[in-house]
Amino acid sequence: MVESLARLGHLGLHALARIGRGHLLLLGILGGLPSLAARPRLLLAQVYNVGVLSVLIIAVSGLFVGMVLSLQGHYVLSQFGAAESLGVMVAASLVRELGPVVTALLVAGRAGSALTAEIGLMKATEQLSGLEMMAVDPVKRILTPRFFGGLVSMPLLAALFSAVGVIGGWFVGVGLLGVDEGAFWSQMQNKIDFREDIVNGVIKSLVFGWVVTWIALFEGHDAIPTSEGVSRATTRTVVHSALAVLGLDFVLTALMFGD
Amino acid sequence: MSDILLDEVGDDVLVRVRGLVFSHGGRRIFDGVDLDLPRGKVTAVMGPSGTGKTTLLKLIGGQLRPDAGRIEVDGQDVHALSKAELFRLRTRMGMLFQSGALLTDLSVFDNVAYPLREHTALPESMIRKLVLIKLEAVGLRGARDLMPSELSGGMARRVALARAIALDPMMIMYDEPFTGQDPISMGVLVNLIRRLNDASRLTSIVVSHDVADTLAIADYLYVIAGGQVMARGTPAEIRANPSEWLTQFLEGLPDGPVHFHYPAAALAADLLETA
Repeated sequence: MVESLARLGHLGLHALARIGRGHLLLLGILGGLPSLAARPRLLLAQVYNVGVLSVLIIAVSGLFVGMVLSLQGHYVLSQFGAAESLGVMVAASLVRELGPVVTALLVAGRAGSALTAEIGLMKATEQLSGLEMMAVDPVKRILTPRFFGGLVSMPLLAALFSAVGVIGGWFVGVGLLGVDEGAFWSQMQNKIDFREDIVNGVIKSLVFGWVVTWIALFEGHDAIPTSEGVSRATTRTVVHSALAVLGLDFVLTALMFGD
Repeated sequence: MSDILLDEVGDDVLVRVRGLVFSHGGRRIFDGVDLDLPRGKVTAVMGPSGTGKTTLLKLIGGQLRPDAGRIEVDGQDVHALSKAELFRLRTRMGMLFQSGALLTDLSVFDNVAYPLREHTALPESMIRKLVLIKLEAVGLRGARDLMPSELSGGMARRVALARAIALDPMMIMYDEPFTGQDPISMGVLVNLIRRLNDASRLTSIVVSHDVADTLAIADYLYVIAGGQVMARGTPAEIRANPSEWLTQFLEGLPDGPVHFHYPAAALAADLLETA
């Protein structure tokens, strides 16, 4: 009994210590913003790494998600004689929910895991120590550009996902299932609100970008510098990011649309 | 204690360690270690694996904090400095990591240029000249366009050495520079360490468990084991030391004061025990 309590206490302390280290690291990362502003090239390189290199998987996934949404939506809506509303349904689902959420999950899997592995291996191969001994702060020089690269890339990728998804939905709905093209686009234009739908979607993806990149960088920086340690950290990044994104999505959706 | 040390190495001490105590993971690595590392000399710190030789370098470089004791580099208490002051001091210290620690996404040229670009406002044309001079010093000017993954272990260490001397530091710390090197690379490194030390009036600290090469290169040696300094002196003094432990260490004898067998119950009892 006492032993179980002690073990529980130990786990609690361990978790609290990790949370504390994570927040300290975040403070250090944000503290590097002024030096990043002086070297925008570093940020561009990371927008390329996190953003541009994820474009293919985001575009292809967006296309298929839009096509499936259109198929399923058409099935349900046509039962109520509302197949013309397919455009609104597809666009609203993508912009409000699936764009930010699925993009964040895909970025966590592709770019988040890569960031963790990169930072973890830099630690294991003493590159971070080497920078410190060259009087270069590795948090500001290596982590800050990656954090803001992820933060900037996420809403852009989510927008791409939604845009390609809408095209996929149009292709299936209008092209294959015969929904009226005018109704598809005009209803979408009328019903999708910039402030309510698009801005809220962008806010969601900014929050997800912040959380996913933070988790990825912290896991890499906190990894045990061995091959097993880096491998575990990479797995933790994907699992924790996915859970955080889905949990936060519920909270944000409740705050934004739950009236 | 400090007077005795000063008598031995002279009074021009660059790195002074007093009463160093450091524990890690519940194990005491250093238990009251005193060292004086003289300016302009090659000082070696030797000892068996796991005695905290690399830890010592990290303590001197301010990457780790001691539990007790004091480390001074060029008169400055390393662990009393602010982060900015510590970084300023580090620009005058070079460190050669065992793995080289080159940035894998940069070419050889850019790795050596890295500290110059970070810490100076020199024009790119001047940086190019300086990098080529440093690479020439380690014999790798022709390899400037290679990536770290294309280098052998010995070459990577030489590039890291060129990077470590890029800012013309006052001292260089070498972490196990000879480990895993073939005889030619070993010879090159030994020669480079000595030549750089004498030509650039550097202070070199070499941490190693490679007896022959370390004795050949060092002006002064410390042998550390069990958290304490077991012996110190010039290579000749170390060789003449009658300590049984030191003889076993220097000659690589498989058994002696350090036993071949890890402590265990008697073999017969262990074998007869049912699983």
